[in-house]
Amino acid sequence: MSPLVEAFRRDGRARTGLVVVVVYAVAAVVGPWLIGDPGALVGVPLQPPSLAHWLGTTGQGQDVLAQLVVGTRNSLLVGLVTGVVVVVVGALIGVVAGYVGGVVDTALSWLTQVSLVLPGLPLAIVVAAYLPSGPMTVAAVLVLTGWAWNARVLRSQTLSLRTRDFVVAARVAGDGPLRIMATVIVPNLTSLLFAQWMGSVTYAIGAEVGLEFLGLGDVGAVTWGTSLYWAANDAALLTGAWWTFVPAGLATAVFACGLVWIGHGLDEVTNPRLKSARPWSTWLRARGVDVGAAVAVTPVVRDAALPERP
Amino acid sequence: MNPPSSATASSSSLSFRSTVRFVVRRAGFYALVALAALVLNFVLPRLMPGDPGTALLARFRGKLAPEALEPLRAAFGITDAPLSSQFARYFVDVLHGDLGTSIAYFPQPVSSVIAQALPWTLLLAGSALVISFTCGTALGIWAAWFRGGVVDRVVPGVLTVVGAFPYFWVAMLLLYAFGFTWRLAPAGHAMTDGASPAWSWAFVADVARHAALPVASIVVTSLGGWMLSMRNVMITVLGTDVVALARAKGLSPVRVALVYAARNALLPQVTGFGMALGFVVGGALLTEVVFAYPGQGYVLVQAVRSQDYPLLQGVFLVLTFAVLVANFVVDVVVRALDPRTQESA
Repeated sequence: MSPLVEAFRRDGRARTGLVVVVVYAVAAVVGPWLIGDPGALVGVPLQPPSLAHWLGTTGQGQDVLAQLVVGTRNSLLVGLVTGVVVVVVGALIGVVAGYVGGVVDTALSWLTQVSLVLPGLPLAIVVAAYLPSGPMTVAAVLVLTGWAWNARVLRSQTLSLRTRDFVVAARVAGDGPLRIMATVIVPNLTSLLFAQWMGSVTYAIGAEVGLEFLGLGDVGAVTWGTSLYWAANDAALLTGAWWTFVPAGLATAVFACGLVWIGHGLDEVTNPRLKSARPWSTWLRARGVDVGAAVAVTPVVRDAALPERP
Repeated sequence: MNPPSSATASSSSLSFRSTVRFVVRRAGFYALVALAALVLNFVLPRLMPGDPGTALLARFRGKLAPEALEPLRAAFGITDAPLSSQFARYFVDVLHGDLGTSIAYFPQPVSSVIAQALPWTLLLAGSALVISFTCGTALGIWAAWFRGGVVDRVVPGVLTVVGAFPYFWVAMLLLYAFGFTWRLAPAGHAMTDGASPAWSWAFVADVARHAALPVASIVVTSLGGWMLSMRNVMITVLGTDVVALARAKGLSPVRVALVYAARNALLPQVTGFGMALGFVVGGALLTEVVFAYPGQGYVLVQAVRSQDYPLLQGVFLVLTFAVLVANFVVDVVVRALDPRTQESA
């Protein structure tokens, strides 16, 4: 975890992201105890924010703030757990494909490729429509449509790791493939896995909100997505009730931003190309050198591989 | 003078055979993926607890006799025949463009419901993709060329934040602000009620006005990705000898930036085009729901709400095929543009 600490120490945006995530975590853990029942009908429907109801009331007459806080707990839970499963599935398939090779690799790589090309959201909607609605269904379809990118990256990382001396040494020492994958390969992928987990949580929460907005979650549960679903159902836009759809969407957006910022900070620390390029150009600019021309002779960026699009 | 960028590899008759081999291999791959989608579509209703016949029976609880279950299931192609012959029947039907009968739009066939909706989705997703790609790439070139300038420091951060927003929520905000509050744009639908399609200036303008907000919501949320990837690749390319040589020759900065650097940096962007397709289609689906825009997404939600399984699966299949065809085109274009992929093939 030391790159993470380093990122927080050096990068202002990463610190902002950390603050965001901590605030959400606190709200999710203790918030629901401090706030009333989100399902209770507390007042006249579609009341704008007031002292009694800080964020107004929904089309059903529920308190928007209570819905938001309880929704944070439920949405984060699904997002975090789904993120873990997405990474685990991706790691299992990617590492095994990369390490074992041969027919297994061909089959798993093909599966990964197919899964990458199939459009994710339509697939998720079709599968979710057949399953009983609820958080388990949402999590399951998000894993189904989300693992492939991670698997692909991990496979190529494993391919480059497997020829390293320490892996060869372990093999010569007589360790079996399972043991090598678990105790040699995976520990060397820890920081990548962590970054993937954050990316997967961002993806999972966004997609979860989207699916629930379409009514594919449990519409009786209180989450960010179902709040938006009910806002749309109760014609929030038509009646000008912005307070019924802005909070849930903003909550999703800010949390996603927080994770993205931490990810960027982590990237700056772990990716030497980005790290050294920035101070170098800053240094040159401070001395009045045209940076556009200077970059051409910056050695650190010359032989770097082209980054892949996530 | 020709830029010494990508036109150096010989494109003689020798590469023609490898090109054909490449095209056939990619086509084969996508055909297999299409088959996988078909199998998935076939297996799902037979594997899942809710089959369409039972769902329909439950929907009309009391109005349909229980004896109707078997004929209903048969109408959806779920019979007691062996799975292989059921699949053969399904396969032949799909090849003939027969995707079954819609429940939500009964008695219209699924294929005609989709055919009415498809042009709108293509218009929405297509124009959003093109605008986003063009503007994002241009911004990326600008940011990389004037590295550390205002555009480079401010825009990526803003776009990253906006890019983290859910597509459809941005759509809701835009619709609320411009559609309902300020009334600058029509609040939903693809054209004015009662307007009849015609190749007239008025009709095209009407459609464009209705498409503006949905397209804008997709563009705003996807612009950042294009810009950042172009910027990063462009910075790498600016460090190569090709660009140093171009500068040393004293070429004008515009020529160096566009013809030498940007042209080479564009390749990964085109590759990204294929990958972005899936995301843009997903974004377009949700955006359509917000704007009640009569495309695939709108149809899909109607299908979900009325448990119209044949329609649901039909939309999935058509969207998948569209994405596969587009991916195939991108693969071929990338190969045509990049000699390095030709050598390795």
